[in-house]
Amino acid sequence: MRVAGLAGLLVGGLLAAGLCYGAAADPSPIPTMFRPESTPAASIHRLSLFVLAISGIIFVCVFWLLVYSVVKFRKRSDDDGSEPPQVYGSNPLELAWTVIPGLIVLVLFLATARVIHAIQDAPRPESAVEVTVIGHQFWWEFRYPGLGVVTANELHVPVSDPAHPTPTFLTLLSADTDHSFWIPELNGKTDLIPNRINHMWIDPHREGVYLGQCAQYCGVQHAKMLLRVYVDSREDFERWVEQEKKPAERNDAVSAGRRVFETTACINCHAVSGTVADGLFGPDLTHLMSRETIASGAALNTRENLRLWIHDPDAFKPGSLMPAMNLNDQDLDALVAYLESLR
Amino acid sequence: MHDTSIAAASAEPQWVLPSRGPVAMYSLILAESAIFTIFVVAYLFYIGKNLTGPYPNDVLELPIFATICLLSSSGTIHFAIPALRRGNTRAFGTWWFATLALGSIFLFETGREWHYLIYEKGLTISTNLFGTTYYSLVGLHAFHVTVGLILLALGMIFTLLGKVRQEHAERAEVFSLYWHFVDAVWVVVFTVVYIVGR
Amino acid sequence: MASESIALPRATESTRGITERLHEWVVTVDHKKIGLMYILYALVFLVIGGIEATIIRIQLIIPHNNFVSPQVFNRMMTMHGTTMIFFVAMPILFGFGNYLVPLMIGARDMAFPRLNAFSFWLMAFGGLLLYFSFIGGTGLYGAGSAPDVGWWAYAPLTSRAFSKGHSTDFWTLAVLVSGFGSIGTAVNFIATIISMRCPGMTLGKMPLLAWMNLVMAGLVLLAISPLTAAQAMLMLDRYVGAHFFDTQAGGSAAIWMHFFWIFGHPEVYVLIIPCFAFVSEIVPVFSRKPIFGYPVMVGATVAIGFVSMTVWAHHMFTIGMTSYANAFFTFSTMVVGIPTGIKIFNWIGTMWGGKILLKAPMLFCIAFIFQFLIAGLTGIMLAAAPFDWQLGNSYFVVAHFHYVIVGGILFALFGAFYYWFPKMSGRMYNEGLAKLHFWTFFIGFHLTFDLMHIPGMLGMPRRIYTYEPGRGWDFWNFLITIGVFFQIAGVLVFVANLGWSLWKGRTAGNDPWDAWTLEWATSSPPPDYNFASIPTVRSRRPLWDLKHPEDPDWKYE
Repeated sequence: MRVAGLAGLLVGGLLAAGLCYGAAADPSPIPTMFRPESTPAASIHRLSLFVLAISGIIFVCVFWLLVYSVVKFRKRSDDDGSEPPQVYGSNPLELAWTVIPGLIVLVLFLATARVIHAIQDAPRPESAVEVTVIGHQFWWEFRYPGLGVVTANELHVPVSDPAHPTPTFLTLLSADTDHSFWIPELNGKTDLIPNRINHMWIDPHREGVYLGQCAQYCGVQHAKMLLRVYVDSREDFERWVEQEKKPAERNDAVSAGRRVFETTACINCHAVSGTVADGLFGPDLTHLMSRETIASGAALNTRENLRLWIHDPDAFKPGSLMPAMNLNDQDLDALVAYLESLR
Repeated sequence: MHDTSIAAASAEPQWVLPSRGPVAMYSLILAESAIFTIFVVAYLFYIGKNLTGPYPNDVLELPIFATICLLSSSGTIHFAIPALRRGNTRAFGTWWFATLALGSIFLFETGREWHYLIYEKGLTISTNLFGTTYYSLVGLHAFHVTVGLILLALGMIFTLLGKVRQEHAERAEVFSLYWHFVDAVWVVVFTVVYIVGR
Repeated sequence: MASESIALPRATESTRGITERLHEWVVTVDHKKIGLMYILYALVFLVIGGIEATIIRIQLIIPHNNFVSPQVFNRMMTMHGTTMIFFVAMPILFGFGNYLVPLMIGARDMAFPRLNAFSFWLMAFGGLLLYFSFIGGTGLYGAGSAPDVGWWAYAPLTSRAFSKGHSTDFWTLAVLVSGFGSIGTAVNFIATIISMRCPGMTLGKMPLLAWMNLVMAGLVLLAISPLTAAQAMLMLDRYVGAHFFDTQAGGSAAIWMHFFWIFGHPEVYVLIIPCFAFVSEIVPVFSRKPIFGYPVMVGATVAIGFVSMTVWAHHMFTIGMTSYANAFFTFSTMVVGIPTGIKIFNWIGTMWGGKILLKAPMLFCIAFIFQFLIAGLTGIMLAAAPFDWQLGNSYFVVAHFHYVIVGGILFALFGAFYYWFPKMSGRMYNEGLAKLHFWTFFIGFHLTFDLMHIPGMLGMPRRIYTYEPGRGWDFWNFLITIGVFFQIAGVLVFVANLGWSLWKGRTAGNDPWDAWTLEWATSSPPPDYNFASIPTVRSRRPLWDLKHPEDPDWKYE
C-alpha cells in the first residue's frame, strides 16, 4: 500500500507539473487551458483551479482513510482467528457523509453556474468584430460579414485591451458534419453543427499565434483540421483587413497558370475574387499567400508543398476531399506560379 | 437456515412472491414505453419544422372509428380473462375472437388511411419531416398491433382446437397486459399526432 | 442439512465425445453454463479489443507516425469502443450475474431459461455481425469495411452521404440485435429476482449483488430502448429516405446526440453497478465484517439509477445549449456523485475495524476503490460545464472514462474472477501469479491512464490518428503507450493463471473463503440443480447464521 501512496504522489506531482506550464511568459506552441489569454478562458481557469482544489482535498482525505484502514486493520500474522466485532452501520455517519458532500456539491454548482452565465450570456459590445465560422470537412471557412472579408484556416483578430475591450464574436455554422472550434488559451470549445447556429466569443489580451484544432470527430481527416488564430495589434489587423478586401492581384506574368486554374476543375471548388472562380466547396484562394500554412495547417505554405499538395493531396492528408489534379509538370509549375501571385 | 427447517416451514406463513409472467411482461412494457417515448419525442420535436408540405392539417383526419375499435378490444379481452379463469372456455373464445376482430379492423383502417395518404396526398416517409415522424410512430404502433394480432390468432386456433384450458388463464392474462399496453400507446399516439400535432 | 449435494453417477462422462459436449453447451438453458459462455465470449473480445487499443497506441506513440493509415485508425478506434462496451463489458457482467444471481437467491435457475439462452445467442450473433464487417463491408470507393464513425456514431456523419457503403450499417445492426438480447436478459433478471427468491429472503435480506443486478436490469430496460429507437431511425434515414437526422431537410444532428446519450449515460451505470456489487460482496468477506450500511447501500444504488437518467447532456456541454440547460446538467451530474461517494465511504466503513486479508480479490477491490475515487473526482471536474468546454472531447475525458472502465470495472472484474473462480471451477488459482498479475497491471494502468490526463490539459483532442510535434504531447504519448505493454503482460499472467489453475489448481471445496452467501453452501462447481433442497433464510448472511448459531445475524438486523 506504500506503493499506492507513492502512486498517489506521482499522480499529484504530474498534475502539478502539468499546471506549471502556466508559468511561461510568451504564448508558445503548446496549447493549454492553464495559460488563459482571454476573459472567458481566464474565468474558466479560475473555476478549474477552484474545482481542482476541492477535488484534491477530497482525494487526500478519502485516500488517507483508505490507506489507514488497510494498514491499521490488516490481519496480523499472530491473529487468533476470531471474527472482529460485527458492525452493521451507523446512521449518524451516513447522515454526515451525505450532508457534507451535498454542501460541497451546492458550493461547486453555484460557483459553476456563475461562470456559465458570465460566458454564455455575455453582452455583445458595439466594438466587437464579427466572424462567421463555417466548418467543412476538413478546413475552416472564415467570413467577416461587416468587413467584406473571406478567408480560410487562419483567423485574424485584433488584440483586446481589457480597459477598452474589442472582442471577437464568432457565429459557428457547419456545411457538412459536426466540428468543434477549440483554442485552449482563448476559450473552451464550441461545436459547429449543421442546421444549427452556435455562438462564442474571445477577447485575446496578448498578440501572437494561438494553435488549436477541430475537436469533434468529423471524418477521416479530423486529425489534420488544424486551426490558427493570429491576434494582431489594432494597426496590423486593419492592414490585414484592407489587404484581404482587395480582389486578386492580376499579374500577366503568370497568365499561363491562371488559364490552367480557370480551365480545370479548380474553379468548381475554389474562389478567387475578381475572377471567374467562385466555387464554395473549398477554401477561398484570393489571398492564399497571406497564409503561413496550407491544407488547414497540414503543411507549411511553400512552393514545394503547394506543388505536392496539388499533385497528390494524399501525401499530406490521405482521405482529404481535394482530388489529385493529374496535371502534367508544365501545367503544374505554371499553376503554382499563379497561386504564388495571390498575395 | 434451521436444522428444523421442515417443521419451521409449515409453521411459518406461506412464502408467496409475485408471479414471474406478469413481472416479465411489466418489465417488457417498461422497455417498450421507453422506445415509444423516443419516437413521440421526435414527433413532438419536429412539429412545425417542415421545410415543405404536405402538412398535418391538410391531410390528417381523426380516425374515430378505428380508435373505438381498438379501445373496445381492450374491453373485450378484459372480459375474456375472467371467463377463462372460471373455466368457461366458450365465453373466453367468444370474447377473444371479438378482440381479434376489433384489432384487425383497426389495422385495416390504418392501412386504408396510409393508402389514402400515399396515393392521394403524396405523403411518404421520405417526403418531409412530418412524413418521417408520422409513419415511423404510427408504423411502430401498428407493428406492435400486428404482433398482438398474430398472437391473438394463435390463441384463437388453440382455443378452437380445444387445447386452451382453465390453467392457461395466467398466460392469457400476461398477453392481455401487452394488449392493454398497445391500446394505451394508441391513446398517446392519437393525442400527439391527431390533436397536438395538427 | 438443507443443501448437501447428491452425488450423481458420472460413469458415462469419459465416453462422451467432443461433439456431444459442444452440443450440450450450445443447447443449454442452464444459467451457469450460459453465464460461463457469456464470460468466455467476453474474454475473447477483450483480447480483440485490446489488440485494437494496442494498434491505436502504437500509432500514437510518436507524432506523424505511419503505423496505420487514418482510415484504419478510425476503424480501430470505432471498433475498440464498440467492442469493449457491447461485446466485452455488457456480456461479462451479464455472465457473472447469470451465474451468481440464482445461486445467491437460492433458486434453481433463472425465471426464463430459454429466454436466457436466446438472449445470449442474440448478443453473440451481434458481435459476429460487427466483426463480419471487416470482410463483408465493402462499398463505394472502397469506403466500406469496418465502421469508422466512432462508437457514438454522430449524425450526420452516419448518413448515406458521409458514410458510403455498409460499414455504418454493420455497426447499427450489430448493436441493435445485441440490444434486443440485453433487454431479454434484463427482463429475465428482474423476473428472477422478484419472483424466484427462496423462502425467507425478503427484498431486504437478499445479497447486495442481487439488489444491484435488479437496479442494473431496470436501467437496461430504460437505457437500451432509446438506443434501439435511435438506431431504427438511423436505418430508416439510410434506407428509406427518412429525415430524422437529415440536416438538409430540416432534421437535427443534436437530436441524435440527445437520444444516444439518453442511452449512453445510464449505460455506464449499467456497467459500473454490477461492479459495485462485486466489491460489496468481496470486501466484507475479506474484512470479516458485514457490509457497512446495507440499507443505505441499497438506497444509494436505487438513487443512482434514478438520477443517472437525468444527466445525459453533460456529454453535450459544447453543442451550444442554453446556459440554463448547461447549469441543470452540471447540477444533476454533481448530484449523482453524492450516492456514489456514499458507497465509497461505506466500503471503507466495512474495512474499518475488520481483519483485512490481502488476497488477490481484495487487492483488486482496494485498487478499485482508490481508482474509482479518482475517476469520480475527474468526473465531478468535468461536470462543471466550463471545465468541460475546455477538456471535453480531449484526452482528459479519454483518461477519465478509461479510469472508470479499466481502473474501476476491469479491476472489480479481476477481483470477481479470483473470488468466484474456485466456485465456478472447483479449483483454487495460484495466489503468487495473481499478485504478479495485480502489480504488473496496476503499474501499467497508472502509467497509461494517469499520464493521459496531461495531453488533454495541453489541448490534445480525441479521435485523432496523429498529432503535430512540438505541442508538448510527444513525451506523454510515448510513456502512455509504454504502459500498455505492462497491461498486456498483466493480462497474459491472468490468462496463464486461469489456464494453469483449471488444470492443476488444488481442490477448492465448497467454501474456500469462509464466506456467508448462499452460493458457498453448495459444491464447487455447483450441480446442475444448484441446491439439493431449496434453502430457507432468516438473515442477509445465511451461512454466518449457520456457522455462528450462538450469534446469528437475524438477532441484529
